[in-house]
Amino acid sequence: MKVQLREVAFARSGDKGDTANVGVIAMTDSVYPILVKEVRADRVKEHFRGVCRGEVERFELPNLGALNFLLHESLGGGGTVSLMLDAQGKTFSTAMLRLEVEVPDEVVEEARAARARDGRSA
Amino acid sequence: MPDRIRVASGQGFWGDWQEAPKLQVRRGPIDYLMLDYLAEITMSILQKQKERDPSAGYARDFVPLMAELAPDLVEKGIRVCSNAGGVNPEGCREALVEALAGTSLFRPLRIATVAGDDLSDRLDDLLAAGHELRNMETGEPLAAVRDRVQSANAYLGAAPIVEALEGGADVVITGRSTDTALTYAPMMHELGWGAEDWDRIAAGIVAGHINECGAQAAGGNTLYDWRSVDLVEPGYPIVEMDEDGSFVVTKHPDLGGRVTWATVTEQLVYEMGDPTEYITPDAIADFTTIRLSDEGGDRVRVSGVEGRPRTDRLKVSIAYHAGWKATGTLTYAWPDALDKARRADEVLRGRLAGLGLSFDEIRTEFVGAGACHGPRLAGPPAPDLPEVELRVSVRGPERDPVERFTREIAPLILAGPPSVTGFAGGRPRVQEVMAYWPALVDRNVVERDVRVEIVEAGA
Repeated sequence: MKVQLREVAFARSGDKGDTANVGVIAMTDSVYPILVKEVRADRVKEHFRGVCRGEVERFELPNLGALNFLLHESLGGGGTVSLMLDAQGKTFSTAMLRLEVEVPDEVVEEARAARARDGRSA
Repeated sequence: MPDRIRVASGQGFWGDWQEAPKLQVRRGPIDYLMLDYLAEITMSILQKQKERDPSAGYARDFVPLMAELAPDLVEKGIRVCSNAGGVNPEGCREALVEALAGTSLFRPLRIATVAGDDLSDRLDDLLAAGHELRNMETGEPLAAVRDRVQSANAYLGAAPIVEALEGGADVVITGRSTDTALTYAPMMHELGWGAEDWDRIAAGIVAGHINECGAQAAGGNTLYDWRSVDLVEPGYPIVEMDEDGSFVVTKHPDLGGRVTWATVTEQLVYEMGDPTEYITPDAIADFTTIRLSDEGGDRVRVSGVEGRPRTDRLKVSIAYHAGWKATGTLTYAWPDALDKARRADEVLRGRLAGLGLSFDEIRTEFVGAGACHGPRLAGPPAPDLPEVELRVSVRGPERDPVERFTREIAPLILAGPPSVTGFAGGRPRVQEVMAYWPALVDRNVVERDVRVEIVEAGA
């Protein structure tokens, strides 16, 4: 089924100068190969069009079930030069999780079950 | 020699939660406390403070914190590694010695300072000697902005901190040390790791990366399961490092926060570049070799980390003046909040043009209608938003036009679109823009001048 990335992954983002980094983490082992296949650098570049003016680089971390993206020229100059509300790209993580991906139904179910299981209710 | 040490994280940046280091010291056993105060741009702010007052230029919060904790540190034998010294480690130490003057401690506190990272007075010599200090991102030589440089500091590694610990320091105050070294220097010192023990040092780097952002590795800012984490009194991360370079990330059990595979992974990917080469002055860590195992009970085991030899250069963090900026905000209420905010923006821009003011950039954002993710990703705003904040920012090379801009926000209250509020803060503040210039320099020209000094206080 087609789902937003947030159904099967979570993320954290930060900055290095004018480059934003977005780490995308698979919720379960079965999600990771789907991320590798679906969340390609060119799709991410297209997803962030109008925001990311430079290249998008992708790095794979199969050991952590994660992908790391570098979005160059995305932070309005970066640091204190930037006039952006989110000059440090802190919310690029959830912006990334809006991306729509095609994921087998059973993989989505596994991810939902994993999150429900780990969610030790307060 | 112990076969395991516990290094606790107490501050992730200057402005972080003041109670965290106290809880780390008082609510369970630790051996070392690391306190990170310096972001890339912090050094230039501290440099400005030092220009105004030669005794300033360090993280002031550190001094009362250490004065309060000193009896605990001495009694429990906990040692502190911090980069609170900023551009004036000696000034920081003097302030601490003064703060401890009236305190009667079980034994004197030994305070070490590390000097030699500050290159601002040596820049011309370095340039003359052929060190171009090219911008790592653009390739431009530093000469292009030399006359606007505010601060220049080399990132020092673990060696001077280890030297201070060998000298018996209880508190080590550095300037621009690399953040991760505050965590792995105690490991090198206590666990007998060699300077060419690349895998173990790389493990220490990974531990340092986990510690350096405070609560962010222990449930703070977690997206995975944020609703069920108790963040009122979070336990900051603690690394239990074994001699062989494998370690456990945990926290004090009776505090909030959470340590799981998810919270640790989130921090591992934070501010990551190429994961196969995380470069520090002491080794290069390969984050694709990390193995995580969630043992439950807020314990995550990390093993398998591999490293490579250090490079012969150090990173230099240079800040230079790059103009002025200001941001003005106003809030518009229902109905048609977004339309009103848009009209106000048009009026404002029309007036700025009428005044003949020009800027390098004018940026308008509509907070509540897609300012974080951008209007395209956020999608069309709800037709009847309860309110929208107009946020307009300008940046330019001269101060005067920016100052003039700050006087054009308030007039919109009476001479602009209706149902506006949110100007209680007064006229926007003009801020100096400091741009960041990362460069590399041969390590030998820096390291030969690094010095460690130890004094005693609070006898």
